[in-house]
Amino acid sequence: MATHFLGDTAALTGRTLRHVTRSPDTIITTAVMPIAMMLMFVYVFGGAIDTGSVSYVNYMLPGILLITIASGIAYTAFRLFTDMQGGIFERFQSMPIARSGVLWAHVLTSLVANVLSLVVVVGVALLMGFRSGAGVGAWLAVAGILILFTLALTWIAVIPGLSATSVEGASAFSYPLIFLPFLSSAFVPTDTMPGPVRWFAEHQPVTSIVNTIRDLLTGQPVGNDVWTALAWCVGILVVAYAFAMATYRRKIS
Amino acid sequence: MKTQKQSAIRLRGLEKSYKDLRVLRGVDFDVAPGSIFALLGSNGAGKTTVVRILSTLLKADKGTAAVNGFDVAAQSANVRESISLTGQFAAVDEILSGRENLVLVARLRHMEEPGAIADDLLSRFSLTEAGGRRVSTYSGGMRRRLDIAMSLIGNPPVIFLDEPTTGLDPQARVEVWEAVKNLAGSGTTVLLTTQYLDEAEQLADRIAILHRGRIIVNGTLAELRAMLPPAEVEYVEKQPTLEDVFFAVTGGSDTDGEDRRTALEKK
Repeated sequence: MATHFLGDTAALTGRTLRHVTRSPDTIITTAVMPIAMMLMFVYVFGGAIDTGSVSYVNYMLPGILLITIASGIAYTAFRLFTDMQGGIFERFQSMPIARSGVLWAHVLTSLVANVLSLVVVVGVALLMGFRSGAGVGAWLAVAGILILFTLALTWIAVIPGLSATSVEGASAFSYPLIFLPFLSSAFVPTDTMPGPVRWFAEHQPVTSIVNTIRDLLTGQPVGNDVWTALAWCVGILVVAYAFAMATYRRKIS
Repeated sequence: MKTQKQSAIRLRGLEKSYKDLRVLRGVDFDVAPGSIFALLGSNGAGKTTVVRILSTLLKADKGTAAVNGFDVAAQSANVRESISLTGQFAAVDEILSGRENLVLVARLRHMEEPGAIADDLLSRFSLTEAGGRRVSTYSGGMRRRLDIAMSLIGNPPVIFLDEPTTGLDPQARVEVWEAVKNLAGSGTTVLLTTQYLDEAEQLADRIAILHRGRIIVNGTLAELRAMLPPAEVEYVEKQPTLEDVFFAVTGGSDTDGEDRRTALEKK
């Protein structure tokens, strides 16, 4: 059965990718909210926020990218949920295929869809004056961290996708994830926050990821933040994967 | 072991509970290869649970079940090689076209020339014209036909049809019945669940009635009829049934009409 894993996953990924390309509105709606936030923060609040020598659009883009991913994975949960409800999931599970390929197809599709949304958001940021002097290596590192973050959140999304009983339930989990960047260094420096909030902001995953991406894009040395960021991403990925697979096994047994 | 070879499907003492609810309380039956076996029961009788256990989607609490000679618990991969499941809701991909659905299943069954297989099935199920359209534009009957066509890919020896005509209009029901009859004619074993008595009567070689988690009756239609006191002969004027009227005024099976209606619904 293992020999079929790649072929089966490819066939199933082709199917879910068509769902994305045939409803490109999911890419647009994923990108619209982060873009709206970006417009509001840059042109309304940004002038009042002191980010030192960095222009505000450059400062906040990393946080906006994480929000884009957090809202994009809601569609992953939604697509998986729809498969579960419609009976096609059971059809696949009753066929002589590598059964976990069904999940991997959704995960790979989630990666592709989120990368497309990220490209749209970065494009708008460029129009709004975002500039980066980062080299190819730094850009690749940014891409790597964003992909790792997408993978981690995607496996979180698999859990409600498999177990939700309503469409709302399947996507509601993403709201706190979308909100998390506001309690971080994504939009304002953490220095002015009151004690407990500041402590939380400085110790939650988003801050280290945002700081790493910001340093990479502005050509600063990344320091220890990169290791904290990678540890968070890998940690979330491993835990979410374990829970998702446990949920999956409960579903198919 | 020897008897396993004779039955395409064999259940012994199958039990399944969901928490306190005992859905199956010891189900036994055998299905001969190449026959149509109807599992008849009202809603909630446990028909779908039986099908889900046989198609390796659910584990039984007690008892054994074998499909095509393979144990569903111990040899589930072999069972999946031997079966196709058409569930209660048409398990087709709405966003793909009919042809793409068929190609996908052919690829997953590792068939050569998936495209040719898809085109052949589209023509066998009178879906050639609709093959390039998204399934979301199909009528209920067309979806069901596509669903059954998808189940035929790879010629699995055993096919499970879980309430294949629930929610279909009379015309579409007859189309599905024709498809099922053709299947059994080509040697495929069909396990059909239904809550419609006339459907079992039309299609099945053997009928079992599942009631409160047990098989209470199992036999051919003639055997089932013989269980009741012999029929008294009465002379009554034959009134046409509503079904007769329906087919007389609509002109019977007409797939073009169906296509036209779906096109209108879209507008």
